Amino acid sequence: MIELALRHSFREFELDVAFRSDARTLALFGDSGAGKTSVLNAIAGLLSPREGHIAIDGVTLLDRRERTDVAVAARRIGYVFQDGRLFPHLDVRRNLAYGMGARDSGAAIRFDAIVELLGLAPLLSRRPHGLSGGERQRVAIGRALLSSPRALLLDEPLTGLHAQARRQVLGHLARLKQELRVFTVLVTHHADEVAQLADEVVHLDAGRVVAQSPIARFGASRLEAP
Amino acid sequence: MNALTPDEWQALWLSLRVGLLSVACALPFALALAWLLSRKRFPGRQLLDALLFLPLILPPVVTGYALLALFGRHGPVGEWLAAFGIVVAFRWTGAVIAAAVMGFPLLVLSIRVAFDNVDRRLESAAQTLGAGAWRRFATITLPLSLRGIAAGCVLAFARAFGEFGATISFVSNIPGETRTLPIAIYEQLNTPGGLPGVQRLALVALVVAFAASALAAVAAGGSPWRRHADD
Repeated sequence: MIELALRHSFREFELDVAFRSDARTLALFGDSGAGKTSVLNAIAGLLSPREGHIAIDGVTLLDRRERTDVAVAARRIGYVFQDGRLFPHLDVRRNLAYGMGARDSGAAIRFDAIVELLGLAPLLSRRPHGLSGGERQRVAIGRALLSSPRALLLDEPLTGLHAQARRQVLGHLARLKQELRVFTVLVTHHADEVAQLADEVVHLDAGRVVAQSPIARFGASRLEAP
Repeated sequence: MNALTPDEWQALWLSLRVGLLSVACALPFALALAWLLSRKRFPGRQLLDALLFLPLILPPVVTGYALLALFGRHGPVGEWLAAFGIVVAFRWTGAVIAAAVMGFPLLVLSIRVAFDNVDRRLESAAQTLGAGAWRRFATITLPLSLRGIAAGCVLAFARAFGEFGATISFVSNIPGETRTLPIAIYEQLNTPGGLPGVQRLALVALVVAFAASALAAVAAGGSPWRRHADD
């Protein structure tokens, strides 16, 4: 469950969003520049909003009025960035394990299981430079999951992938959703990703929430990709 | 040309030792300062930046005099060190300090450029994976800056190896103690019949300088990870 209310001024626009959701996978849907990634950054703590309150499953990560602002490294938010951001000097195995060492991994989600779920076994000894876009994104997803996150943030995880890789990663994400119970926020402007992965959709436009509804009631016509 | 005399070997060995030790002593401070200048905004940052370049801008003899004023027997730091039985003025350890100070700006500058070139987005990715400041520095920033750090070390070593002005005014010219290679060359120049010695030592200096610049070029020559990918 997520409760979120944010206000922040950017040079180009004003972000003023508030929503609450019990969905397991929540999609933030909207055109580029709608403020979707800024919301993810605020959840992860990489953006410090002027005003705001963020709580996930009852744990407050940010509350400006209470002066609560949990440090990024302590938030336990698995963030899959649009550009992957794999560590170029570490092989895939060490990229995957990076988030395990710093925390009590508790082994809720085990290394081998994630490797198997995402089909990463053949890649373990390779360096990020030699990976295809889809492989990189799968490693980034695995790395985020292995840090035992309280929430997984996916920022346009399929953007820039060619059709086949896109289908493949989409398939992996659907399988993860089935097998792991991790609260996920998916940022996308593609209707098919929303339809396949999300339980609920928050539609953002120009920094504001314009609609929120369960996936079943979110008409296909409103989800037309721009 | 004859082989080096024992005194000349001594000067060469001293210069190498002073050069290596000065870099080793300066490196932790240079890493910390380069990180501060690259990553933090704080009051006095501009001033610190300007102060850092003083040893490059000041005449080395003036830097040497300043060191003597600070570390000499009656200098504030010298007196304090003397209480622990440590004397650096007119000792080879003082030559290490002089060389470290003279090489410091080059070291900090190279490392800072290397830190500036590390993709900050990788550091924020590490942060979301639970890495605190130290772990991010040790596992991301530092390994991705290794080439720049190595190049800075070689440059600072070369600067230290050739140090003359600050060294001679701080620790003087004492055979076997503070007579480094450049000072030995200067000594031979002022000695009647010293020219063959000057030539021998100059050749040695040339070889060391060439080796250092070749090493610096190798160290700075692009990312090893990229090379790995091209294999």
